[in-house]
This record gives sequence, structure tokens and C-alpha cells, in this order.
Amino acid sequence: MDLEIAKTQEERRKMEQQLASLNSVTFDTDLYGGNDKAGYVTSIPVNEDDENLESLDNEVARKLASYTAPKSLLKEMPRGGDEDDDLGFKKPQRIIDREDDYRKRRLNRVISPERHDAFAAGEKTPDPSVRTYAEVMREEALKREREETLRAIAKKKEEEEAAKASGEKPKESVVAAAAPQKRRNRWDQSQDDGGAKKAKTSDWDLPDTTPGRWDATPGRVGDATPGVGRRNRWDETPTPGRLADLDATPAGGVTPGATPAGMTWDATPKLAGMATPTPKRQRSRWDETPATMGSATPMPGATPAAAFTPGVTPVGGVELATPTPGAINLRGPMTPEQYNLMRWERDIEERNRPLTDEELDAMFPQEGYKILDPPASYVPIRTPARKLLATPTPMGTPLYAIPEENRGQQFDVPKEAPGGLPFMKPEDYQYFGALLNEEDEEELSPEEQKERKIMKLLLKVKNGTPPQRKTALRQLTDKAREFGAGPLFNRILPLLMQPTLEDQERHLLVKVIDRVLYKLDELVRPYVHKILVVIEPLLIDEDYYARVEGREIISNLSKAAGLATMIAAMRPDIDNIDEYVRNTTARAFSVVASALGIPALLPFLKAVCQSKKSWQARHTGIKIVQQIAILIGCAVLPHLRSLVEIIEHGLNDENQKVRTITALSLAALAEAAAPYGIESFDSVLKPLWKGIRSHRGKVLAAFLKAIGFIIPLMDALYACYYTKEVMYILIREFQSPDEEMKKIVLKVVKQCVSTEGVEADYIRNDILPEFFRNFWVRRMALDRRNYKQLVDTTVEIANKVGVADIVGRVVEDLKDESEPYRRMVMETIEKVVANLGASDIDARLEELLIDGILYAFQEQTSDDANVMLNGFGAVVNSLGQRVKPYLPQICGTIKWRLNNKSAKVRQQAADLISRIAVVMKQCQEEQLMGHLGVVLYEYLGEEYPEVLGSILGALKAIVNVIGMTKMTPPIKDLLPRLTPILKNRHEKVQENCIDLVGRIADRGAEFVPAREWMRICFELLEMLKAHKKGIRRATVNTFGYIAKAIGPQDVLATLLNNLKVQERQNRVCTTVAIAIVAETCSPFTVLPALMNEYRVPELNVQNGVLKSLSFLFEYIGEMGKDYIYAVTPLLEDALMDRDLVHRQTAASAVKHMALGVAGLGCEDALVHLLNYVWPNIFETSPHVINAVMEAIEGMRVALGAAVVLNYCLQGLFHPARKVREVYWKIYNSLYIGAQDALVASYPALEDGENNVYSRPELVMFI
Amino acid sequence: MQASDRFNINSQLEHLQAKYVGTGHADLNRFEWAVNIQRDSYASYVGHYPILAYFAIAENESIGRERYNFMQKMLLPCGLPPEREDD
Repeated sequence: MDLEIAKTQEERRKMEQQLASLNSVTFDTDLYGGNDKAGYVTSIPVNEDDENLESLDNEVARKLASYTAPKSLLKEMPRGGDEDDDLGFKKPQRIIDREDDYRKRRLNRVISPERHDAFAAGEKTPDPSVRTYAEVMREEALKREREETLRAIAKKKEEEEAAKASGEKPKESVVAAAAPQKRRNRWDQSQDDGGAKKAKTSDWDLPDTTPGRWDATPGRVGDATPGVGRRNRWDETPTPGRLADLDATPAGGVTPGATPAGMTWDATPKLAGMATPTPKRQRSRWDETPATMGSATPMPGATPAAAFTPGVTPVGGVELATPTPGAINLRGPMTPEQYNLMRWERDIEERNRPLTDEELDAMFPQEGYKILDPPASYVPIRTPARKLLATPTPMGTPLYAIPEENRGQQFDVPKEAPGGLPFMKPEDYQYFGALLNEEDEEELSPEEQKERKIMKLLLKVKNGTPPQRKTALRQLTDKAREFGAGPLFNRILPLLMQPTLEDQERHLLVKVIDRVLYKLDELVRPYVHKILVVIEPLLIDEDYYARVEGREIISNLSKAAGLATMIAAMRPDIDNIDEYVRNTTARAFSVVASALGIPALLPFLKAVCQSKKSWQARHTGIKIVQQIAILIGCAVLPHLRSLVEIIEHGLNDENQKVRTITALSLAALAEAAAPYGIESFDSVLKPLWKGIRSHRGKVLAAFLKAIGFIIPLMDALYACYYTKEVMYILIREFQSPDEEMKKIVLKVVKQCVSTEGVEADYIRNDILPEFFRNFWVRRMALDRRNYKQLVDTTVEIANKVGVADIVGRVVEDLKDESEPYRRMVMETIEKVVANLGASDIDARLEELLIDGILYAFQEQTSDDANVMLNGFGAVVNSLGQRVKPYLPQICGTIKWRLNNKSAKVRQQAADLISRIAVVMKQCQEEQLMGHLGVVLYEYLGEEYPEVLGSILGALKAIVNVIGMTKMTPPIKDLLPRLTPILKNRHEKVQENCIDLVGRIADRGAEFVPAREWMRICFELLEMLKAHKKGIRRATVNTFGYIAKAIGPQDVLATLLNNLKVQERQNRVCTTVAIAIVAETCSPFTVLPALMNEYRVPELNVQNGVLKSLSFLFEYIGEMGKDYIYAVTPLLEDALMDRDLVHRQTAASAVKHMALGVAGLGCEDALVHLLNYVWPNIFETSPHVINAVMEAIEGMRVALGAAVVLNYCLQGLFHPARKVREVYWKIYNSLYIGAQDALVASYPALEDGENNVYSRPELVMFI
Repeated sequence: MQASDRFNINSQLEHLQAKYVGTGHADLNRFEWAVNIQRDSYASYVGHYPILAYFAIAENESIGRERYNFMQKMLLPCGLPPEREDD
């Protein structure tokens, strides 16, 4: 019995152990595994507005931190010839796919109708159909009001809910619930609830002062609701039913009393829940057309991308109207089947759509019928799902298309675009569909023709081939004024809002705008805001080039439109309710400032920053200053004082967000101005330092950030004082649990510490204890950004207080049980030691350090092994000879790890050997190295290529350090072992192996029999195919070494044979290798064989020989003078060959030869060769003509300009133009190269009747 | 000329050359070329002091006078341009 129990227990224990070991592994990778954490959100935003203030900068910073090179470069893979099916280009990528939610908000913006241009109009009263500044401002105010009211309602409602839930006052809640409903009703029936009006909503009730609006809607004067929404986007989205009267009567005209504004409100689902529809006559018909209206009344937050402006509704695209974003997101590039399906669906929907008023009127007799009110309980159907389905029909046939009409049309394939237009993508039909209607152009009105022309050109720019695009772009530019700003922008801008736009397309369209802007100049004024709506999102794009493009456009725009127009266009957006709009507007304003100069904008900024009306305006104004600082950097310096003065009052603003942004702006200004301009900040020092005592949370963080950037500007004395002042707060905030705060505190500590005036003792005594207690904890290692910041700050502190203090504090932690924490410690030690050396480290600390490093190195389990490796290498290298006592232990570890089961561990051990080889030599541990060499040699059978590469690297390091003679295993054993490894196709193996072989060939070739080297030569030929340039270069060099070691004959034979292969790259590399062999072993050893090879009647071989000659003469330079006569007959032949490539390569050989022997007395041979080169000047193939021209240039250098001029003179005035052109080209390059030298050799011209052409000075003689 | 040739280095070469004063082209006439030659010559004389000294001795003038003369001659080295016959 006992036995059995014991057995069971034993088993369970085993299982538990297994589980435990499993657990420990999964625990580590799950919880601490570094990389997959990167994508997580690290801090939860307090509210959405605040998050956006910094998210962009942070995002950029984060991206920058994690890559060392542009992403595209890192991703670039070496390619072979046949894998190149996509030619190495990136696949077109849709912009929307990489945008986050915040950036997608650009699609919510509306391309506003054009505005009144006060400059053009002069004294005239603005046309009522055009929006003036006053109207826009009023609309903005209304929107804001609306938002605030809605927010208040929601808040109240929430309170009600809470109250109801607690069940305190059930009765009151009913009353209160009725109140918001009533208020909501006011929009529709404002007369009814006059009593309920509050002062707050007075805007609504004031009589509208705009004459235009009242005139336009006479039928509604009685209705107290002003037609605010009339030009609103909701109404402009054309619906089939309303299209007919869109221009004729304002929307409300057909159904008197029905306010479009009310409709908008009803469509807002936010309200729908609590709002019973108003019992109003006839409203229902408008509201109850869900099928086609679906896209016309989108939900807030999902506004259609392109809103059409009245009057410019496109002919073909009307029914397509605006795509619902929801549907767009679902829609990728469509297949033809999807197309047909959609078309069919639309067809059905269209037929089942509710009847419109007109249709009903037409159907029923005029008399005998009465239009009834819908019952009060009626709620129109607004199923979002049905709305989403209302995607545009690509073909633009809303009803059943009678086949006879379009016999040629195939519905399953996109229709061929007529008239040589480029291919249209499905999503383009919406914009360019009209081009497919094969209407007779003559029948169209001039306006329509113009539109059509613009569309055609745009389509060519967007989808056409490069030549098409180029001509279209030019035409658009040239005819910009003719087309007019309106038609152009009404076409271009909706395209830019297209949700499926790709990067390249956007780039092209933006380019169009840019070009057109130049031409239109002041005509763009009414369209400034439209353009801004489309271009502003570029300013926050994650693509750098998009941002630059956006800036360029806005800067050109502001130069074209002028400051006043820019301000008028953007002022209303400054206090827009949407944070996104304000953010982009602030950025756009900063661009305007940099384009037109800061002084011009200062008065405006001052006014905005002091706005009493809304905190949003102040916030945006201050943000503009921040963006200016970020954008123009040190160029703010002349205006620093005025900029600071403009925003300084924001530090004491009543609104918390304004205070925060003010501090952030000051930080940006200080960062831009560094290291100058502290005087300008004098006025804000006091509020800042006072502020940190009274504020908490986000505001405090912003204040600290500002202080962190201002302190480095100060003189040493002040910096010390102010650092001490702030330090007390910083130390208090060390304990803050907020991640953002931590990061800022760390950053500020770093900035303070690195300032000159702050002394080491102060840091050591006052900062370090708290700093280490609060920050050097395991949790900090888990977040990558914290980790980095902490390491940086600690390294900065170490620069002040020295190595010993810092390393002494953290060294124990190398044995901590948390691996990420150990890694953070290791990285810090590595950086500190690499910066400052290890001379401060005493014996005891040294012992601890080595001990800790060994422990950390051995205990590591994660994949990210480089930190430990680098740390180990850095410490060992900086300790130098002091490592000697520990080397046996280190080598023991390495040996043990070389034998490890895990490939990573073996690789790391081998890498470590190559890091510490130099130090081992310093410590005179050659025997130990020899031993390691033997061990490594034994592991050459390694099957993991990564590991094998590292092992070869380690061997190379050892060979480099102890030399060929002392190497164990001896070279003669080592090299034959390497020969088969040369066959390995893995890049790392190849590179390390060829380096090692090359090193041996260079230094210790005599240890290896010639036969072995020949074998290696054959292997090396294969390596010429390597993708990596470094490998090919190493291979070519190795050929040189081997040739030097065993004589060129055999190597050359191998190489010459290789000229026969088909592969071009291989041949090119072979020719280079031949040239190198010639250089290392003198040309005379190579030339005979090479010239002999030219007799092989094979194109590739002959070209290869010529190419080798060309390289050869390039390499040997002056040495060429001894061989020029030998190769001249060969070159003669080549220059007369029928094959173009022969002549091209021979010409480049002549060039190198001529340049090499200039001034060495080989003119006779060169003139002879020039006679053969000269007839080729009429070649048209670019490479050939290039080579010939360069050969002639070479001759100019070698023979002198006069000789070549004499060749030229015969053709300069030739009767045939083609001849003259070529000769003048040669003359010009001659002239540019040797103008002065030509003076002596110009021909003597005879004087004309009235002109003197002779140069009598030249015949003077003393 | 093919479309691809239009943008290659060779066509750029001509454009590049055209930027320099004194380069020529296929439609250059005798007079224009001669003007360039004369100006280049005078510039060269003025630029090389030994040549200037040589001319000064030959003409029995001071070097400064010679230099001045050459510079003046650069203005209209060949006289007024001849009437164009074609237009």
C-alpha cells in the first residue's frame, strides 16, 4: 500500500515538475516576451481629446525608436534575376488601410461650398448664393451650440439614469426626462415652446440677418427655424427624387413646413432613441425613403466622403451619390460578379423605393384626394443595414437597362474606356462614369464639354501611363485658367476624398493641385477652404513624404490666396467642435506662418490666443504656436519673445486643456530655440515653477515637460538653482503610478542632469536614492518605452556621477529573477561602460560585475539575445587585461554553451568568441584561443546555417588575432574543411566563409597546396552569383590573393573559361576578377592569355575580354603605357565590329587607356585609335553613344583639345542638320572641358563685309 | 527619337551644355560663332599675364592699356551683327 502511495506521489511530483518547467517557459514568453507587447496600448487615455495632443509625436518617436533605417530599406530583400516578378516595386497600397481611427476622421469632413471672395467682389454685396465669412462663422457657432446642448442633454440624461437607478426621486426624473425631449422638439416647432427658450439658445431665435437666406426660402418665413441646414451637406446629397427640383426650388419648397433641418435632426440616431418624431404634416414622405435616401442621410460620424455642391452635380454620377463609409470599408477592388450582383440589388431597391410626391401627384387625380397626416405613433424605418446596402451602382443605370440600347456593352467586364482613355477601376466609375456615356460631344453645352475635358485629363493623370500622365498634367496646367478654378477643384477634390485612394494616386492628384495653384493664383480664393479640407489630413499622415507634400501645397496656397483669405477661411475651424478639425487646422496655420512669415500672423495669433468666446479658440491658437515651433525649428528665434508673450497667459487659463497645451507649446518653443533664447522665457519661469506646486496630473506633466526643455537653455548657475526647485516635485512624482507622468519625469530628470550647472554631488545625494528606489524596479522593464527612457536617463546620470556609482547600484540586479529586468540592467551597464570605460571599477565591483554578467548570460532564455551579448562584449573589452583571471571561467561557459542543444545558444556562444578574441590576445591567452579554435573546428559540421556562420566568424576572429602560423588547428587542416562549406548557399555562411578563406589566402596561402587553392577557385566561381554585394566583392578579392599565391596561369584559365557562361552577372564578376588578377600579378602575365581568348569566335567571350581590358586599364592606370601598343590591333578589330556592344566596350577601354596614359607619350597610338572611335559618333543607342563620347573626352585629355577640335571642324557647319547636331555636341563638351586651350587653335576666319573675324593679335611677332 | 530616349542622360547633356555661355548649337551662324571665339580669345589674353605682356611689348603700349583695350573690344568684337537674310 505504502509503496503504491509512494509511487503515485512520485508520479505526481514528476508531473508537477514538468508542468512547472513548462509554466516557467510560458510564463516568460507570455508575460515578458518583449516583442509582441509592442502593439499594445500602453496607457489608457483619460479622454479622447487629450490623447490626441501627443499621440502623433509619440507615435513618430516610437516608430523612430524601433527602427534604425527607413522601413522600406529594412524590408528590402536581395533578389535574384528570376524572382523579380514584381520588379521590386511595392504593391499599390490603399491609404485607408493603414490609417488609424483618428486619421480616418478626415472622411467625416465636408468639402464646403466655395466662399465669397471679398477681394474680387470689391464693394459689391455678396451674392446670396455664395457663403460669406459671417455666414460660416455663424454656422460654426450654431454647430458648437448644438454640440454643447446635446452634451448637456446626454449628461442630464445620464444623471437621470443614475438618479433613477438609486431610486431616490422617481417623480422628478419623469419631469426631467420630458424636458430634454421638449427641448429637442424646439428645432422643429420653435414657436410652440417659446416659453422654454433659454438665453443660451438665443442664436436660434434671433432673426437671421443674412438677407440671402430669407429671400431664398420665402415659404418658410413663418417658420421660426432659420434655414441653417439649407446648404448643409444633408440636403446636398442628391437623391433621385429630388434631383429635378434641386436647383429650381430649395428643398423645403415642395413641402411647405417641412424643415430640412428637422430632417437632419431626425436622422441622427443619437437622438432617435428618445425623440418621437414630430407630428408634422407631410414630413414623412421625405423621411420614409430609406432605400435611396439611405446614403443621403448618413449617421453623424459616418458622413459621406464626397458631398456634392449644388449646381455642379455631375451628369452621370448622380444616382451614385455618396458611398456610405460602412459599405466602402467592406468594398475592396470589386470583381465583376460582385458588380453584377450589386447592380441587380440596386435595381431591385430602386423599383421598391417609396414613391415620391411627384410620382404620387402624377398617379392620382388632382381632386378627390386628400393628403393625410401620418399617425402620431408612426416611426419611419431606418434600418442601418439597409442603408449600408445602398452602395453606388457602378454602371449608373438605376432601372432595368433595355439590352437593345447597349448591345456592345458587356456587363461582366468593366467597359472599355473610349477614346484611348486609361483603364477605370471600379471605384472610379463614381467620378468618371460620365465619360463612358457615348454621347456626342458636339451636343453638349460648352460647360459640359469643359467638365468632360477635365475629367478625361484627370483620369489620365490618375490611371494613365507615364507619358499619358505627363501630357495630361501639362494640359491641365496650361489650361488651368481657361478651365477655371471652380470646375477644376470640383472635380479634383472629391477624388482626393475617395476612400479607396492609393498613395501613388494621391501623390499625383496633389501634384495636379500644386501645378494648378501656380496658374490660378488669386482665382483660388473662393476655394481655399475646400482645398484645405482635403489637404490638411496630409499634414498628419504617417508617411513623411505625404506630410511634406501637404506642407508644400498649403504654403503655395497661402502665397496664392494671401494671408487675409487664409485667415478668413480657417478662422471658423479654429473653434470647431471636432478636435480633429482643430488639430489639423493648427498644423495648417503653422505652415501658413512659415510661408508668409511669422510677423504677419502675429496679430491674428494674439487675438485668437486671447479669445474670450471659447476655450477651443485659445487652445487652437496656442497649439498653432506649438506647431510653428515644431515646423520651423530654430527660425523661431527672432520672434521667440513675441510668441512667448502671446501664449504666456495660457498658463493661468481657467481651462485645464489650455494650460496643458500652453506648457507643451513652451516646451516646443524651448526645444526649437535651444540652446539660445532663455531671456524670452523669463516671463514664464515664475508661473511655470509656481504651477508645478499647484497642479496635478496631466497639467503637471505638461508643466514639467516645459521646464525640462527650458532648463538646458539656462546659465549654469540658474540651471542649478531651478533644477533644485523642480527636483523636489520631480522626486515626489517619482512615485506616480501614471505611465505618461513617469516618462515625462524620466525625461526631465535626464534634461536637468545633463545641464552644466548641476553637480555630481547633488545628484548623488539628492536624486539617486529616490531615483533607484522608484524606477529601478521590475515593472519598468515590461513596457518598452519606459525601459528605453529609463536606460537613457540612467546613462545620462552616469555621465555625471561616474561609472562606479551607477554600476555599483545595479550590479546586484544582474542576478535578479526577472529576465527583462536583467536585460535592462545589462543594457544600462553596457552603455555606461562603453561611454565611460571601466577604470573607475574597483576590484570588488569588477568581481561582482563579471559574476553578474556570467549569471545573466547563462540564465537568458528569451530570443532577443543581442543585449546580453553586446553587454558581455562591452564589459570584457573595457576591462581589457583585467579580465585575465576570469577568462578560463568565461571560456568554460562558452565551451559548455557551444555544446548546447539550442541552436540560439550555440550561435550566441560563437558570437561571443568573436567579440572577446582581441581581449584574449591582450591577456596572452593564446593557448586558450588555440583550444577554442580546435573546439570550433570540431563544430564545423554544424547544420544550422546561422550557427555555422557564427562559428566561422569566431574562427576568423581567432585567426586574425593569433596569426596563421600559431593557429590551431593548422591552416593546412582547416582550409580543406572550409572548401565544402563554400558550397553552402546561406548568406551568412557564405560571407563568413569567404572572409575566412580570403584572409587565409592573403596571409597564409603557403600553408595550403596549390591543388587545394584551385579547387577553391572553382567553388568561388559559384559565389560570384551571390546576391549580397559584400560577398561578391570578397570573392573577387580572394581571386586576386589566390592568383598571387599560386601564380595567375591556372586561376586565369578558370576565369577565362567562365566567360563562356550565359549569366550576365557571372560574366561581369569574372571580368572584374580577371582585372584584379592582372593588377595583383602584373598585366603581362594576364594579357597574352586574355588576348588569345579574344580569338574565340563567340560574342560573350569577346565582350568579356573587352570588358576585362576596360577594367584592367582602369585599374592599372599609368602602367598601361607599356601595353597600349600590344592591345591596339585587338581594339582596332573590336571598334570595327558589327556588334554594338563590341564597339561600346572597346570605346570604354579606349577611354580608360587614354586617361591612364595621358602625357606619357603614346599619342601616336591614341590618334590611331581615335580614328577608329570617331566614326561611331552617329550611334544612337544611349550606352554606345555615351561610351563613344567619353572616349572622345578621354582623347581630349590625352591628346589635347586642339587635335579633337580639328576632328570637329569638319562637321560644325555641315549641310545636314543631323550631322551638325552631333558635331556641336562634341564641340560643346570640348569647349566646356578646355575652353582656354581652344583659343590658340580656332580656325582663322575671313572677315565679312562689315565684320572683323580675324584675330590679328595672334600673328604678332617680336 | 524614341520616347525612352527623351529622358536619358544624352539628351540631358545637351541641355546641360546649353547652360554655358559660349557653347553652340546646330543653328549657330558664322557671326555668332565668331563672336564667341573673339570673346574667348580676349578673355584668354587678359587672363594670361605673360601673353598680355608680350602683346604690350609688340604694340608698344602699357599692359594696363592693353588689358583695357581687350576688355573694350569684347563688347562688340566683330562689329554689328549682319542682317538676317531669311527673316
